[in-house]
Amino acid sequence: MVKTQIVLAAADGEHNPVLPEPAEIGVGLVAFLILLFVLWKFAVPRFEKLYSERTEKIEGGIKKAEQAQAEAEQALEQYKAQLADARAESARIRDDARVEAEQIKEELRAEAQTEAARIVAQGEAQLQAQRAQIVSELRAELGRNSVELASRIVGEALENEARQRGTVDRFLAELDAESASSATRE
Amino acid sequence: MGALVLTQGGGFEPPGVDFFFLPPIFGEVTKPMVLVVLSTLIISVYFMLASRNLKIVPGKGQFVAESIYGMARNTIAREQIGAKDFRPFVPLILGLFTFVLVNNIFGIIPLIQFPTMSKIGFPIALFIVVYVVMHAVGFRRHGFLGYFKHVMFPPGVPKPIYLILSPIEAFQKFIAQPLALAVRVFAAMFAGHMIILVFALGGAYLLFEASAGLKPTSLVAWAGVIAITFVEALIQVLQAYIFALLTANFIGAALSSEH
Repeated sequence: MVKTQIVLAAADGEHNPVLPEPAEIGVGLVAFLILLFVLWKFAVPRFEKLYSERTEKIEGGIKKAEQAQAEAEQALEQYKAQLADARAESARIRDDARVEAEQIKEELRAEAQTEAARIVAQGEAQLQAQRAQIVSELRAELGRNSVELASRIVGEALENEARQRGTVDRFLAELDAESASSATRE
Repeated sequence: MGALVLTQGGGFEPPGVDFFFLPPIFGEVTKPMVLVVLSTLIISVYFMLASRNLKIVPGKGQFVAESIYGMARNTIAREQIGAKDFRPFVPLILGLFTFVLVNNIFGIIPLIQFPTMSKIGFPIALFIVVYVVMHAVGFRRHGFLGYFKHVMFPPGVPKPIYLILSPIEAFQKFIAQPLALAVRVFAAMFAGHMIILVFALGGAYLLFEASAGLKPTSLVAWAGVIAITFVEALIQVLQAYIFALLTANFIGAALSSEH
């Protein structure tokens, strides 16, 4: 009975679910094409723009970080180089100072030596001068004494041989004493 | 004749094909037509609003819209068509997915409760679009004869086999596959809606017509309605996904340089 019913319904021909109605195809097509247009024209470009912006932002961030790292490394290298330079500079200055000190010491020594030499020379010259003076003084004294002795000898006029002999001896003793005193003074 | 007598006598008349042919609301306009237009409106407005002020860091609303968009774009279009060629087809895939999805979901939304895709006219409309697009891009990529060769003579087959294989391939690519695309969603929605109707009307019949002792069985029927509705929800989403997926797959196959 149910079978006949279904057969009847299908045989009606009016309502067949697998046969499309042209009006529905048309409406469906138009509706979908309108939707497609809206999506194609507005929604999809906006989303795509967002996607590309997002990609750009992330890639940009990574790039920036890489750049910062490179810069930091460069700065480190620079600092290291500067430090090495400074070390070399300080070593050089130290060496220079040492050399200079050596030089100064040398100079001072040379100066002292010349000074010493000068003083010695001066002393020698002084001694020479004193000696010459003394010699000349002695010579003059000897002359005077000789004259005095001569006059005394002549003055006594040969009174007696014994007195003569006594005078000569006295004179020689005086002369000895005088030369001894002059030697101690020197 | 006997059947008619039974019906007149208050017997249960199972819901039939006629339930899918509702009387026009005004003029020639029927409920499914209104629903289709409504779905276009809903999706258009939704994506217009959702994409109005997109931010690099998405908020809640944008996240949802982006998930839908990303699924159509990345999961379906890019996977099936290939990263090189998929961009021009993103609107089509997104449109098909959301359009079929919303029209299917109409089947379980209270008061609307009619899956538009159970009227074969609408799947056919989509089928026409898909058919034109997939073969147009195929002809453009491979040239007129080149595309037939691409479709009918897949490489890596012994020569005599082509005698059998080529007609099968041609039939499959130009008729069977695209038509099955339309029929699949139509049949799923038609059958699903029919099952819900059977359970719902059967329950009502039991409640009103059955003898007092049998009346509680209507509750079982309605529990069935709820269960079937959940299943239907799954199928409706799945069908929309499959429709978009297969379309992308056909386009990808038409564009591919070798099989």
